[in-house]
Amino acid sequence: MSGRQMSGAEMVLAALADNGVDTIFGYPGGAVLPIYDAMFKQTLVRHVLVRQEGGAVHAAEGYARSTAGKVGCVLVTSGPGATNAVTGLLDAQMDSIPLICITGQVPTHLIGNDAFQEADTTGITRPCTKHNYLVKDVNKLAETIHEAFHVARSGRPGPVLIDLPKDVQFATGEYRPPEDFTFTYNPPFEPDQAAVERAVEMIAKAERPLFYTGGGVINAGPAAAATLTELVRLTGIPCTSTLMGLGAFPASDRQFLGMLGMHGSYEANLATHGCDLLICVGARFDDRVTGKVSAFSPGSKKIHIDIDASSINKNVRVDLPVVGDAGRVLEAMLRIWKSRGFQANAEAMAPWWAQIEAWRAVDCFAYRRADPVIKPQYALERLRAALKGRDDVYITTEVGQHQMWAAQFLPFDKPNHWMTSGGLGTMGYGLPAAIGTQMAHPGAVVIDVAGEASILMNIQEMSTAVQYRLPVKIFIMNNKWMGMVRQWQELLHGGRFSESYTAALPDFVKLAEAFGATGVRAETVDDLDSAIARMLSTPGPVILDVLVDETEMCFPMIPGGAAHNEIMLGPNDRGQQADAATREEGMVLV
Amino acid sequence: MPEAAIERHTLAVLVVNEPGVLARVIGLFSGRGYNIESLTVAEVERDKALSRITLVTSGTRMIIDQIKAQLERLVPIHRVRDLTEEGPFVGRELALVKVVSENGKRAEVLRIAESFGARIIDSSESSFVFEVTDTTEKVDQFLSMLAGLGRLEVARTGIVALSRGPESI
Repeated sequence: MSGRQMSGAEMVLAALADNGVDTIFGYPGGAVLPIYDAMFKQTLVRHVLVRQEGGAVHAAEGYARSTAGKVGCVLVTSGPGATNAVTGLLDAQMDSIPLICITGQVPTHLIGNDAFQEADTTGITRPCTKHNYLVKDVNKLAETIHEAFHVARSGRPGPVLIDLPKDVQFATGEYRPPEDFTFTYNPPFEPDQAAVERAVEMIAKAERPLFYTGGGVINAGPAAAATLTELVRLTGIPCTSTLMGLGAFPASDRQFLGMLGMHGSYEANLATHGCDLLICVGARFDDRVTGKVSAFSPGSKKIHIDIDASSINKNVRVDLPVVGDAGRVLEAMLRIWKSRGFQANAEAMAPWWAQIEAWRAVDCFAYRRADPVIKPQYALERLRAALKGRDDVYITTEVGQHQMWAAQFLPFDKPNHWMTSGGLGTMGYGLPAAIGTQMAHPGAVVIDVAGEASILMNIQEMSTAVQYRLPVKIFIMNNKWMGMVRQWQELLHGGRFSESYTAALPDFVKLAEAFGATGVRAETVDDLDSAIARMLSTPGPVILDVLVDETEMCFPMIPGGAAHNEIMLGPNDRGQQADAATREEGMVLV
Repeated sequence: MPEAAIERHTLAVLVVNEPGVLARVIGLFSGRGYNIESLTVAEVERDKALSRITLVTSGTRMIIDQIKAQLERLVPIHRVRDLTEEGPFVGRELALVKVVSENGKRAEVLRIAESFGARIIDSSESSFVFEVTDTTEKVDQFLSMLAGLGRLEVARTGIVALSRGPESI
């Protein structure tokens, strides 16, 4: 079967449309002009013009994460366009977000000549993409783009980059649709049934079991989250989640213990430490979760369900690996649990639940109320109250204290409603991610919970929000400090607050107005509720600048290099368990 | 724990022969801090554009397993086999050895070369170039025997390896 003849640039648009893309985030430049020209003549793919290429990648991430299964798409030019995209690509790689990034490249005959705006894009992005391609032949272009989508979506998802020299965009060749090709890349999806069977038997026998779930459940789709919820309820086992996994199991459920890890809940971390069976589903035992690896969950057998075999036994030795899609594994577990007539082990688990309730009663997120100063936790509690009962709320965050507080204080009952930079911890993620999310959900409430330092890293994207009339709400918890840096300096560096104070911050209300958006400020506890109400009721993008306590710290906290049972509940807990040696050891960790 | 013991493994890796594939493999090792003791690569199936990499690496058991899993994850990698783990295998490397020596030592040099089955592929009044193909250990031994007999210059390929018996990758 022969395909249609068209230019490489036209093929890009045709291939995007054939792969279900309706929105692409990008920024033009010399090496992608033919593609922009082809875009001008079509209506299938909408383009969102960002203000810096890094914003395009985070916007595409927000778009992909909030839509459960769609691939985020980015189009940028060669050289600086590509290098600006690098942070976002690595962010997507670390958090397993499916993206396609098309970069322009100098014409084939100039590659390697240090031409204007030339960069070795495939070389630079090799370690920060799942895969990348340099296409030198227009007749390979269609197949390459289709394969790129297949790779981005299959197995553990991730970003795939296609570097496209300008002459290939102009050249004419044959276009064939995705169904004309088969691809050799086919990572395992279906789990080994015997392993699943064993996992279920281990669960049925456990007396102090715990589910530890992560972003893999979100990536496996909403059905996987529903299956997880059914299985957790059926087995009566407590469930904790990583930062990435929030929303897979409903936060409002009594069986949910909150997030685990460095700033996770007391009950989640002590349950992780004390369980006799840890059932990890789609999470990767990263250092923010494990703390000191040698003291991590020391008395438990561990089951690790992951689609990526290289995640298993990477950081923590497990007893039973199950390689496969989280959704498929959970379905199989549920089926076996039911067909073999297992029952929730209520009697054996009663002491375990009693212990967990005692930990929960510690109320680890409690903080000292203040007036008129707004505590950041209080700001989030009021935001939470204002959003109560709505199910069309999407939250993105920047990175730092506000991010951890958002994870602690905002409830996520559904997957794909929480977009945060987990693995890479990219400040500046939240605003562009909110833009991408709002593009996918025009009528929804999309809020970027931000800090005043992070928001400045991609503040230029306010202009994008205004241009596309995207009513994103930016909830800045402004403490004038890089709060998490300050917190570490206070706890680990003798209170020497080196370069963590931002003098000369902009007036965020005026800044919003300068962009053509609305600015609101809350300075005291009395202002807060009306300011939040105004933020939510004002059409169009709004920045709400909430002035919060400048020195508040985020607790609980497991200091670097410490074990879960050395968790600090507050500043006065300092040094109680962590001796000087641990602190020194912890200081060298990030 | 036995985990702490360092093991040396020989891996055979079948890859699509496309630009950048070797950079992906090497980048994986340098980026994650794994060891490469030797690496050889050449196309082995022209019609399918497949190349074979023979790679000798070392690490704890956990690291070796990680290396294999990480390699398998790369898109252009078709197959990864751990020859060390999967049974007996044969491994050979080729070395070219130039020996520059004084007159009085040339006979001894030739005697050693003969005992290792090395072929003379170049000679001059003051030098020989030998070609020897053998296991890494044998080549090491050959070089140490020659060490006192003159100035040496050595080029080695690193090993290529196949499993013994009828099984193939």
